[in-house]
Amino acid sequence: MGNKVLMKGNEAIAEAAIRAGCRHYFGYPITPQTEVAAYMAKRMPKIGGTFLQAESEIAAINMVYGVAGTGRRVMTSSSSPGVSLKQEGISYIAGSDLPCLIVDVQRGGPGLGGIQPSQSDYFQATKGGGHGDYHLIVLAPASVQEMADLTGLAFDLADKYRVPAMLLADGTIGQMMEPVELAEAQEVTFTEKPWAVTGTKGKREHHVVNSLYLVPEELEKKNFERYERYAAIAKNETRWESFMMEDAEYCVVAFGIASRVSKNAVVAARKEGIKVGLIRPITLWPFPKQVLADAVEQVKGFLCVELSMGQMIEDVKLATGGKREVALCNRTGGMIMSPEEVLESIRKLAGGDK
Amino acid sequence: MPKVTFREDLCKGCGLCVSACPRKILEIAKDQINRKGHNPARITDQGKCIGCAFCATMCPDCVITVEK
Amino acid sequence: MVVFEKPKSLTDKEFHYCPGCPHGIIHRLVAEAIDTLGIEGIAIGVAPVGCAVMAYDYFKCDMVEAAHGRAPAMATGIKRSLPENIVFTYQGDGDLASIGMAETVHAATRNENITVIFVNNAIYGMTGGQMAPTSLPGQVTQTSPYGRDVKTAGYPIKVAELLSSLDGPAYIARVAVNNVKHVLEAKKAIQKAFENQIQGKGFSLVEVVSACPTNWGMTPQKALEWVEEKMIPYYPLGVYKDKKAEKEAE
Repeated sequence: MGNKVLMKGNEAIAEAAIRAGCRHYFGYPITPQTEVAAYMAKRMPKIGGTFLQAESEIAAINMVYGVAGTGRRVMTSSSSPGVSLKQEGISYIAGSDLPCLIVDVQRGGPGLGGIQPSQSDYFQATKGGGHGDYHLIVLAPASVQEMADLTGLAFDLADKYRVPAMLLADGTIGQMMEPVELAEAQEVTFTEKPWAVTGTKGKREHHVVNSLYLVPEELEKKNFERYERYAAIAKNETRWESFMMEDAEYCVVAFGIASRVSKNAVVAARKEGIKVGLIRPITLWPFPKQVLADAVEQVKGFLCVELSMGQMIEDVKLATGGKREVALCNRTGGMIMSPEEVLESIRKLAGGDK
Repeated sequence: MPKVTFREDLCKGCGLCVSACPRKILEIAKDQINRKGHNPARITDQGKCIGCAFCATMCPDCVITVEK
Repeated sequence: MVVFEKPKSLTDKEFHYCPGCPHGIIHRLVAEAIDTLGIEGIAIGVAPVGCAVMAYDYFKCDMVEAAHGRAPAMATGIKRSLPENIVFTYQGDGDLASIGMAETVHAATRNENITVIFVNNAIYGMTGGQMAPTSLPGQVTQTSPYGRDVKTAGYPIKVAELLSSLDGPAYIARVAVNNVKHVLEAKKAIQKAFENQIQGKGFSLVEVVSACPTNWGMTPQKALEWVEEKMIPYYPLGVYKDKKAEKEAE
C-alpha cells in the first residue's frame, strides 16, 4: 500500500478507477461531480485511456454500454438529474448482463433540484430506476477513503457477477478532502471474456450483446437466471458497518454522509447514558436485511437518518417486519442534519427510558 | 451456359426479380406454394438466361444463385 | 462458375422482413462489403431499434443490439475500446434522424472512425407505419392520416445534406436500392464507407433511400417506382462529402 495523500472525494473515485484498471471514461459535466471528469480528462490521455465528453448523459451511458460489451472496464459519473437520463442505458446494460461502474454524486431533487448534497436517489439506485426486472450493486461510501476503496470493489463485483455497479455518493463526500491510502495500481491485462464482442477472428460463433428476447419464455428464463445471480450477490456480498451495537438498546441506521453525522450523535447519546448504536449499510443493494432483522431481538427501536423524505426507511421497515418502531430523522433539498438534530431524535426514540 | 437456381423455400414471392429480368424469363409460380406459404419465383426458359444476375441483385432474400 | 450467391458473412437465418422489403438487399450489400474486404473476423455490428432490430441474427460477425437511436454512441464505445476492429451501425430513419439525432450528429462531428448505414424509407416500419422525420410533405401515414402537413409537422430532414455541413465527417453519400443500377452504386458506396474505416479516415455514412411496401400500402414493384418518382427528387443521390476527394481537388 502507498502513502496517504490528501484528496477530494471525486478525485479519489477517478484515481481509484484508474488504479482498478479502468481505461474508458465517458461523462457529461454536472455539479457536484465534475471533478471526476476533469481528473479523467487530465489522466486518461497520458496512460493510453479514453476520456470522452459525450453530447449527453444518454450518449455517455450508451458509450459505456459499447465498451462494456467488449469486456473492458468502463465507467461514467454524473449527479442526480444526469443519472435519471442514464436510466435507459443502465436498464439495457443490466438486461445484457454486462459489468460497468456508474457513479452518482447525489444532489437535491426532484427536477433540476439544487446542487447541495442529498441522498434522495436511494429509490432510483436500489429499486431499479430504469424499466424492467433488474438490480444494480449499489455501494455507499461514507469517506474519501471509501470513495476510493468502494470504486475498486465496485469494478471487482461488477466483473464477478456481470452486473452493473453504482457508487451512490453525495455532494459532501464528493467535495470533501481527506487523507486517502490508495490501492496499488493494477496492471491492465486483458483476458478475453467468453461473452464479449471482440471480433470472431473466424474462430468462433458470433457473440451477440443483447437485451431483446421476443419469446416470453426466453425472457422469463433470462430474468430468472439473473435473479439467481442476484441471490448469490445478496448471500456473498452484503456489507455493513456496526458501530457500538454490542449492548445497544436503540439502533440508528444511516449511510453515507448521514452516517457520519449520526456517529457523532451516537457518541453524544452514549455520554447521556442512552445505549444506542449504529448500523451503516455499505451495500444499499443488496441491503443488509439480516443484520437489521437480527437487531430486532436486541433493540427497542430504530432511527433512520437520511437526506431525503425517507427512502431507505422503507427497507428498514421491511427488514424489521413492523416489530419495532422505526423513526425518521431527515433533511432534504440539500440540507444536512446536525448531530444535535440526530441526538434529539435519539432522545425522543428512547423516550423516558433514560 | 448461364444458370439460375432459386432456393425456392426462401422466396417470399415479391416479384422484384421478375421485373428486373431483362430477358423476361422469370415468373411467379401461381400454381405452386412454398413452405412459407408464398407463390415462389421460377425461371421459365433457362436457355435464354444471359447470367446478368439482375434478378439476384434485386432479390431481398438471397434466394438466387447465378452461375456462368 | 458462381457469379452471384449469398454472401458468406450472412448467417443461414431467414430474414424476417416483409416480401419485397429492401432491408434484405441492404443487408446483403453490407455483407458483400464485409466479404470483399475480408473483415468478418474483426467486424462488430450495431443493430438498431426498428425493423432491423434483429439484424444481429443475420450477420456472422459479432453483434450488439443498441437502444433506440443510440447506435452511434454504442459504436463509439466499441471503437474506442477496440480501435483495430471494424465497427458499423445499421439504422433506420426514426432511429438515426429522430430519437438518435444527437448521437448521429456528434459521432459525425467527432469524425468517429465508424461506418454508418442509414436506411431511409420515410416511415416507421416496425411499429406499423407512423410518420418518420424523413416522411415526405403530404405523405399519408398512420400518424399523418391527412398527409404530412409541414405547417404542423415540419419538413423532412435531409440527413446527408445536414451532416455534410459539418467539418468532421469523412464521407457522406446518398444512394438508393430501387433498381439494379442504383443497387450496384449503393454497393460501391457501402464498400467505400468500410474502406474508409480500414484506412482510418473516419466517420462514413451512407444514406440508402429505400422503400416500405407494406406500410406504404403498395406492391414491392410500385414501391420502388415511388422511390424513383417521389423519394429521389426530394433526396437527390450522390456523394455529399468525401474528405479525400476534396483534398485531391485542392
